[in-house]
Amino acid sequence: MVVEQFSQIKKAKTSYILAFILRFIMKKIIFSWALFCLAIASIYGQEQTKDTIAPNNLNEVIVIGKKSEISQKQVKPLASIDEYLQQSGKIEMIKRGGYAWEPVLNSMATERTLITIDGMRIFGACTDKMDPISSYIEVSNLSEASIKSGQQGACHGATIGGAIDLKRNRSSFNDLGWKTSVNTGFETNSNQKIFGTAVNYVSDSFYIDTDFMYRDADNYSGGNSQKVLFSQFRKFNISATSGVLIDKNKLVEGSIIYDKATAVGYPALPMDVSLAEALITSLKFEYVPKSKKLTSDLALTNWETKIYYNTITHKMDDTKRPAVPIHMDMPGWSDTYGFYSKIKGVIENHHFNVDLNSFYNRSIAEMTMYPSDPNENLMFMYTWPDVRTFYGSLFLEDNIALNAASSLKFSVSLGNHFNEVADQLGLESLQIFYPNMSKSKSRILKSISANYLHYQNGFEYGLGIAYGERAPSVSEGYGFYLFNSFDRYDYIGNPGLKNENSVEGNAYLGYKNKSFSAKLTSSYFHISNYIVGKPDATVLPMTIGASGIKVYTALDYATIFNTDLNLEYQFDSHFKAKGQLVYNYGKDLENQNLPFISPLRYSTALNYKKDRFSAEIMIQGNATQTQYSPFYGEDRTPDYAILNLTSSYLFAINESKLNVRAGIENVLDTYYSTFSDWNNIPRKGRNFFLNVTFAY
Amino acid sequence: MKFQLKNIVTVLLIAFTFVSCSTDNSEPIVISELDGLTKIQELTNDTHTIELYSASGTLQQGYNAISLRIKNKATKEYETNATVNWAPIMKMSTMTHACPYSEIKKTSGKQTLYNGYIVFQMAENTMEHWFLTVNYSINGVAESVSAQIAVPASTKQRVTTFIGTDGTKYLLALIDPSNPKVATNEMTVGVYKMSSMMQFPVVDGFKVKIDPRMPSMGNHGSPNNVDLIQSSIDKLYHGKLSLTMTGYWKINLQLLNDKNEVLKGESITDAVPSSTIYFEIEF
Ligand SMILES: [Cu+2]
Ligand SMILES: [Cu+2]
Repeated sequence: MVVEQFSQIKKAKTSYILAFILRFIMKKIIFSWALFCLAIASIYGQEQTKDTIAPNNLNEVIVIGKKSEISQKQVKPLASIDEYLQQSGKIEMIKRGGYAWEPVLNSMATERTLITIDGMRIFGACTDKMDPISSYIEVSNLSEASIKSGQQGACHGATIGGAIDLKRNRSSFNDLGWKTSVNTGFETNSNQKIFGTAVNYVSDSFYIDTDFMYRDADNYSGGNSQKVLFSQFRKFNISATSGVLIDKNKLVEGSIIYDKATAVGYPALPMDVSLAEALITSLKFEYVPKSKKLTSDLALTNWETKIYYNTITHKMDDTKRPAVPIHMDMPGWSDTYGFYSKIKGVIENHHFNVDLNSFYNRSIAEMTMYPSDPNENLMFMYTWPDVRTFYGSLFLEDNIALNAASSLKFSVSLGNHFNEVADQLGLESLQIFYPNMSKSKSRILKSISANYLHYQNGFEYGLGIAYGERAPSVSEGYGFYLFNSFDRYDYIGNPGLKNENSVEGNAYLGYKNKSFSAKLTSSYFHISNYIVGKPDATVLPMTIGASGIKVYTALDYATIFNTDLNLEYQFDSHFKAKGQLVYNYGKDLENQNLPFISPLRYSTALNYKKDRFSAEIMIQGNATQTQYSPFYGEDRTPDYAILNLTSSYLFAINESKLNVRAGIENVLDTYYSTFSDWNNIPRKGRNFFLNVTFAY
Repeated sequence: MKFQLKNIVTVLLIAFTFVSCSTDNSEPIVISELDGLTKIQELTNDTHTIELYSASGTLQQGYNAISLRIKNKATKEYETNATVNWAPIMKMSTMTHACPYSEIKKTSGKQTLYNGYIVFQMAENTMEHWFLTVNYSINGVAESVSAQIAVPASTKQRVTTFIGTDGTKYLLALIDPSNPKVATNEMTVGVYKMSSMMQFPVVDGFKVKIDPRMPSMGNHGSPNNVDLIQSSIDKLYHGKLSLTMTGYWKINLQLLNDKNEVLKGESITDAVPSSTIYFEIEF
């Protein structure tokens, strides 16, 4: 039944650490690292649902909301999407301000990872990475974030580090009628006001989900009440999804998201944003055969096809900043058209998945500088010279249930990636650096992976190896004098870069019983033709105050290793403890550290729940960052630990539910900055928050 | 099925493209004598009118590419078989001098046009003016015409005059790019020396080093410029000039002799933001 398909909600998996079981953990670590050595390649991990017949390829899922309601399992339900993502042991966020953080998955940032919204490819329009895809949606839009590590994310496109698919909310046909909820929140630190509504309606064969969310925040303060200037933001997001069910097994669904942020400050950068606007639309057709069996062996379970279009406008703004050396306008635009069509089916013990997908993207960014002498001509150049990207790929996956306890999964994909510089001025600009550069370039991108999973008596483990390739990003291939305020170099793209490729190994080990669960996952990437900027002393920088020019080139290889341990223990019906420990490692071939590699980080929480009351105390921190990279502008980041407290109460009045949640983050008002804070901007100091959600 | 359909559509699209290309007949090209030229002024004697042309319709300080036609007043026909030369001079209050100029040749591919160039190293002022004499002979009959011409100052520096460390007075004129682009531009410069008030021959075997900078933007430069060396064909100096954005550029120069000794100009450093000899480009 299609109904089941739509109402299926993945269970969240979060785990934590506790001091008193540390010895147990150490044993686990030693055991699994022994396992790691056994695996010829290196290792990587994934989480797994309990469906042993069709092993799920989800690595990790962060539940955000369910139907009209934002998840009440979250400590702070109206947190930003950034704060939700950060809970994963595989994700870190690069923070350039109070908003629009850049997700780093498996120690790899935007170029090496994919972020999709319901499988749709979207590309930010900012040359300075101010607008990751996650900044164009809201928690109220989403039901979950599905995190796939490495090539297991290849179903969404070419990637090295993996993929994060942000899944939209969708009403279930199980629950007819109107559903309305109102969300409102306040945070003292940045004076953030949050207001949102969701109105959903479901009939037998029709549904419409709408939601609205507004956030308005002033500058936040770091610990010790230090104001972080230019950290304010204001945004609203409005979205609607509507579907019609035909013949009980065909669904046509249209979806639209409009997101607009204005006056967004980026305290870590020399510029702010006056406008970041996205329109994201899609039309989907889904078909579930009534009779799944096509032949005696073959059964098709689901066929989903979607066409989509999204357009992003990004305008940077330096007019609010005191003393800019030269005023400049830096707008950018990114339009993407795409489609995918995927079929799921079963042949005997094979659960297969065929996915044909394609997109066409147009990225333009320009820079106009205003000389102090008004009689002089404006200075203009393209920083992204109207780069067109056309990508098409076929992805095949087969999940073989070997027996009730183990399964094997294979996937391959083959894609064609075509780039063209459509603007003549832009092309000739790049030809200053590359006189023989041609207008277009075509690349073949391949991916292949194999995973083995075993599940028995509460224990589960998995091993996988994979190979994947990616094309250079628009900035890496075609960027023109992109100033990086982190290492203070102007970056020049390189259209002749080879494909970056990665050989990847992964492993995980988990155990679960009634009161205890533990999971250790690890991944190792050997990345060849690793794309980085290399200083070129012969070329002068353009930006006033820049240290020099870096031209994108490729290192022979670099290696990245990630491991995270999640633990959860239920003492009794009231108390639960959770812990998380994450370790990352990244070096290039000369044993130099890679940038944005997390130091050892941990969090531990104790949760109390009685009837409708719950409370949590949490400690979260990082060890000192000793493996930093001065070459990429990093310095040593000291260790820190912060304490958070929250409590909530659920009032039930007839059919309505009122959830009130209040908490204090960074109770001790600790001044700290993390390894992933751009230019060492401080993180939030003490913050009281109140989230109230009312659903009826 | 799906793939077949897609292939059919592709084939049809390709076919359509070819059909539409082949039906797209280009019109016969009509070459006008005065394509891209605007009249500057006329110089008249009893028998002929000399029409002077340039792309802009004006002359200015610096290098000027000039075309001319000779109209027979009696027949109202343009002469196609003349031998022409010219002599620009500037009459100053205390002296008279000439400037670098080329020979005049019949413009290839045209019926009635002749062309050459003149480098006016100075602009006129209210008291001091340029005069142009055009000497021509048709079928062995020599004639001449002379008139004052207007040479206003250029807004940007396109010519520079200086005395080198060897004591010689030199003159550098920017010829190309005449339409600068954000690109690697072909750059052409004329290098002359003043051997007398009336003689400005081309200098052979020197080198012109360039360093383009944007003074309004922290004096940043541009990559992959190629210093100018003389071409054996047109005797002018050719190189490559990279302009990474629109706006005002100062092209700092150094003139080197055939022994690679700097005769004039400085390398740009933080302490020396500008060379004493330079051109200006704004676009
Ligand atoms: Cu931006
Ligand atoms: Cu500039």
